[in-house]
Amino acid sequence: MAAERLLELDRDLVGLDTLEVASPPRPSRLRRAWSAVWPRLAAVALALAAWQLVALSGWQPGYLLPGPGPVLARLGADARQAAFWTAVAITLQRALVGYVAAVLVGALAGAVVARQGLLRRAVGSLITGLQTMPSIAWFPLAILLFGLDETAILFVVLLGAAPAVANGLIGGIDQIPPLLLRSGQVLGARGVRLYRHVILPAALPPFIGGLKQGWAFAWRSLMAGELLVVLSNRPSLGARLQFAREFADAQGLLATMIVVFVIGMVVDAVFSRIDGEVRRRWGLV
Amino acid sequence: MSQVAVRVEGVAKVFGHGPDAVTALRGISLELRRGEFVCLVGASGSGKTTLLHLLAGLDTPTAGGVEMNGTRCSLMFQEAALFPWLTAAGNIDLALRLRDVPRAERRSQTARLLEMVRLADFARRRPHELSGGMRQRVALARALAQDADVVLMDEPFGALDAITRDLLHDELERIWRERGLTVLFVTHNAREAVRLGDRVVVLTSRPGRVASEVAVGMPRPRRTGSPELAALAAEIGERLRKEVHAHGG
Repeated sequence: MAAERLLELDRDLVGLDTLEVASPPRPSRLRRAWSAVWPRLAAVALALAAWQLVALSGWQPGYLLPGPGPVLARLGADARQAAFWTAVAITLQRALVGYVAAVLVGALAGAVVARQGLLRRAVGSLITGLQTMPSIAWFPLAILLFGLDETAILFVVLLGAAPAVANGLIGGIDQIPPLLLRSGQVLGARGVRLYRHVILPAALPPFIGGLKQGWAFAWRSLMAGELLVVLSNRPSLGARLQFAREFADAQGLLATMIVVFVIGMVVDAVFSRIDGEVRRRWGLV
Repeated sequence: MSQVAVRVEGVAKVFGHGPDAVTALRGISLELRRGEFVCLVGASGSGKTTLLHLLAGLDTPTAGGVEMNGTRCSLMFQEAALFPWLTAAGNIDLALRLRDVPRAERRSQTARLLEMVRLADFARRRPHELSGGMRQRVALARALAQDADVVLMDEPFGALDAITRDLLHDELERIWRERGLTVLFVTHNAREAVRLGDRVVVLTSRPGRVASEVAVGMPRPRRTGSPELAALAAEIGERLRKEVHAHGG
């Protein structure tokens, strides 16, 4: 081919590329942050207003159902006490240990089961069954096996969260387009390398959904566990709830509930953030 | 090294068993000479894709044999099939990595391959940030990253618009020459086959067999719009038409 024609071809290609990949500008960071934050603030304000209305309605006396004002003031007072933070720390530590264990077990089980036909048929429905089983139903057995102990709590958190994580990974692997797997095979990826370079990254976006759901299950199981298994020298959010009920301390009870709610929400927001980032990278949005 | 890069000898492929069995290919024999550009055309049901999968080792023939004379082959699909979580450079890098190319060498090879498909400026873009034509060029660079001297292409430009396809024909021809590749290019578009191929092999449908072969004697570069090209393409199109007609009962 003549050199002149090749140069012309290069110019044509560059021209076409420039025309084809022009992307619209993204809105500024501040604008995006604001548009994400204001609906949430509005929802919180609305919820507080509803609570205040119920409290004012006189349906229950103020010592049983205080309004948001006194409860938030109590929360502020609690937050100045070391005991409060010890309880938060112990609860968070249990959540973290139990959740990490559940992710490891669930992901391993999911990865093994997903691509093995026989195992899949044998264990697949079992995992789904485990996932639908209310984790609090495990506690009597856990207490029998491990006694009133940290281990009993972790055991149930693990059982509560691991099936959701496993199912998330299995579902993610099922959704991988066959073309990507074939593409990986053509490139010479087999066995462990196929998993590491193709299957796991391809399954990541739906898997994050499973991780998020696993966290929700872990957090619920943990709260159930802390209510049932109160250990004498181990303060926790669950134990605080239990004590507040025993002393008919409605303010303290609601203040602790707010903490439980906020922690759950913050972690969920972190997951949503990761999910959004992964989807953006994967080109799914 | 032998002059023949790929030899296909009496290959048959049957899917399924018993009365439901479908014969996709029957008695296919084909030779690709080193550095040759062969186009395979056939109507639907001619088993074109099946044949490529057999050659790429994604499937095994029911009968007959495929012989590669010291060649490595790679396969390009109609869709680019790039990994969406990797950048253009990352996709090429992974192909090198799966061949155990050392890290330092991977960097320079990736840069060279991206330069070859004229996408050096888009190295850090992800597949969804590229156009269809650009994705196919990355896929071509990735196929070449496998150090393949035989490239099997399954209607790689089928989903592209006419202008882009025309440019990519020029581009593929240039890279085929520079690299001395052997190409087996599957298409159902007779014009595309005549535009690119040294030879055009026409397949029958259901089962797929080699119906005829046409040597394209026209000098390169060819223009898709030229009258000679159109005349030859029309003749091949007529044969495909007859093939479809024969299945009309």
